[in-house]
Amino acid sequence: MADSDIKALTGGLELPDFESTAFTTPPPLAEAKVAIVTSASLHHPDQDDFSPMDTGYRVLDGGRRDYMCGHWSPNFDATGIALDLNTVFPIDRLDELAADGTIGSVSDIHLSYAGNQFDLSAVRMDSGPAGAKFLRDHEVDVALFTPV
Amino acid sequence: MSVLAHVFEEAGIATVALGSIGAHIQGTAPPRGLWCDFPLGRPLGKPNDPEFQHRVLAHALGLLGSSEPVVEKFADAITDDGTDTMVCELPPRHDPSLHPAVDEANGLRPAYDRAVAKLGNRTGAGRTVAADDIGAAVLAFTKIAEGTPWKEAGIPGIPARVAQDIRGYYETAALALAEHAPAAWAGARWFFTSTEAGRAIVDARQAMADVGEKHPIWFYIIPGDM
Repeated sequence: MADSDIKALTGGLELPDFESTAFTTPPPLAEAKVAIVTSASLHHPDQDDFSPMDTGYRVLDGGRRDYMCGHWSPNFDATGIALDLNTVFPIDRLDELAADGTIGSVSDIHLSYAGNQFDLSAVRMDSGPAGAKFLRDHEVDVALFTPV
Repeated sequence: MSVLAHVFEEAGIATVALGSIGAHIQGTAPPRGLWCDFPLGRPLGKPNDPEFQHRVLAHALGLLGSSEPVVEKFADAITDDGTDTMVCELPPRHDPSLHPAVDEANGLRPAYDRAVAKLGNRTGAGRTVAADDIGAAVLAFTKIAEGTPWKEAGIPGIPARVAQDIRGYYETAALALAEHAPAAWAGARWFFTSTEAGRAIVDARQAMADVGEKHPIWFYIIPGDM
């Protein structure tokens, strides 16, 4: 078992194609509200776990630190996030960047999706736009995307 | 992740995506991407190393100053060559009336509880199998390994998820026993090669494959390259 071998297993995956790349110019970082969007299937213990083909998202409370990883894949090291949430979800680091003025603020809410998706159409057409609108409604300017 | 970045950017949110697999982040070309050549499961690189994590974030957030789409690579790489394994003492045999794997799982419970009290429970038991029921779940895998059809072995859920909870229980316990940050995958290698439960799961998966169970039922029980 080796990380490089597991990564190699994904070599044959067909990657989605985008005809053009959307591009939004953010406000200055020191004025921006930043949220994390992770594909680690994180959820709070009182929220529903992710089902095997779950294309939805969970809203994470940035004031809490009780997160569970509901990702279904066995193909990642789990001890990193077990030791330190910030290895996957760098919420404490963002709080520090807000405190020193590097970023404007950290959003109170963040989003989590399940990265173990084979059919991306629902995420592209439904839960992705819904999550983006949710963050826009909370005046988020910048989203930091983290995998697992 | 990169797919969602395209979607969110389209909706008016500026995005920066971290990616652990170079071909993926370069192939999907998010509006702003940072390839961090780190082991899967550690996109910020190093647990309990705020300075390193801040370096990653500084590079990533710095991409927001670009006037056009950009994908860059983080300067440092962290590689796993498949050899580093946790050294972690297992509990001595306590109850000879139990299957060795169940006795082992029970013996790890104090360490598991210490780890959860110290670190929280992010990847341990509880998604499908409660910590109190890990022993019974381990026993089910030993039965499958010995030839019992998986649907008759008493496995308390989808096999891959049950195996994930058992592995999480062991790896979490190991963090309390080792009391150091293991290299990526060192905990998984310890579990699958050094523990009764890990070996039972590997053998059960092979038994399921050998009798022709459907591929998704057995394949995702352990990492795909095993």
